[in-house]
Amino acid sequence: MVFNKFVEVGRVVLINYGPEKGKLATVINIVDGNRVLVDGPYTETGVRRQVINLKRVTLTDITLNVGLQSTEKKLKAAFKAEDVASKFAESALAKKLALQKKRASMTDFDRFKVMLAKKEKAKAIKKKLAQLK
Amino acid sequence: MGRNEMLAPGVPKYGRSKMMKMRKANQYAKKGGEKKKVEEKKVTYGKYVEADPVKVPLPSTKRSSRPTKLKKTIKPGSVLIVLSGRFMGKRVVFLKQLPSGLLLVTGPYKLNGCPIRRINQAYVIATSTTVDISGVNTDKIDDAYFARVKEAKEGEEGFFDNQEKINPEWLEKRKADQKAIDEPLLAAVSKVSLLAEYLQAPFTLSKGQAPHMMKF
Repeated sequence: MVFNKFVEVGRVVLINYGPEKGKLATVINIVDGNRVLVDGPYTETGVRRQVINLKRVTLTDITLNVGLQSTEKKLKAAFKAEDVASKFAESALAKKLALQKKRASMTDFDRFKVMLAKKEKAKAIKKKLAQLK
Repeated sequence: MGRNEMLAPGVPKYGRSKMMKMRKANQYAKKGGEKKKVEEKKVTYGKYVEADPVKVPLPSTKRSSRPTKLKKTIKPGSVLIVLSGRFMGKRVVFLKQLPSGLLLVTGPYKLNGCPIRRINQAYVIATSTTVDISGVNTDKIDDAYFARVKEAKEGEEGFFDNQEKINPEWLEKRKADQKAIDEPLLAAVSKVSLLAEYLQAPFTLSKGQAPHMMKF
């Protein structure tokens, strides 16, 4: 099994659990095999400098070119230079999460419309399939 | 003790100098001046007061009856999902709350067969979809409108008759009122795409759907 995303200084992570759930942060130091020191930077993502368990986190494919224990200023500059916010929004993971959120916020009327759309789609597929046979 | 009080035995609250200041009698004039006069408060008599007052009863603490508090999610024109009774699963339009607390709803009749009806808000899920009911006039309809029409006929004959007959006048009146209310409603419903189909379709739960996790 080949690993492509590594826990390293500068790796941008998405926090999955806890009070900072849903926010991005960058790894600025590694504590041990399970924990990392993470910082938003606070002004960009709202995550304060803290130690977080790797179980609470998913690695994204974005890395920043920052040194060990970078300052807020340098982190902010790197964050902006890489344009992390928009890069992440374009990623498959972000799109998937946005879709999940949208589905959860559907009203009863929305669900009805989706049901009709699914039926139409199935109908069109079956029709095409019958034509191909 | 008057103005002063003992904090502990032998320890007064106000010391000598403070007490002196508090005693109005000790408002001594400055050297060479006149002694200040403490003006007596003039006693003014206000309203004429009865010598033997008449007893007035205290205000009643009994609550006057009022209709059940309407759920915040239910607004005039809201589409409601009926959860029990003959029209279980139907999506109906809420018109107004009646003085008894029950909700006045209508299908509309043409769309899902539900007539003008009363329903308890406990047996209803309110959706966030609303229909424009500004053209609908529900003034004529109240709780008395739904009272059972009894034709008192005595004896066994009468008993069987009453069971089978529906007063034709009553039926005609109901039909007319239904039409009067539904016409503007149907016009408003047709303006929104798929809303008519939505009201026609019954509400169902499919696999994996949990009402407590769903947003209505």
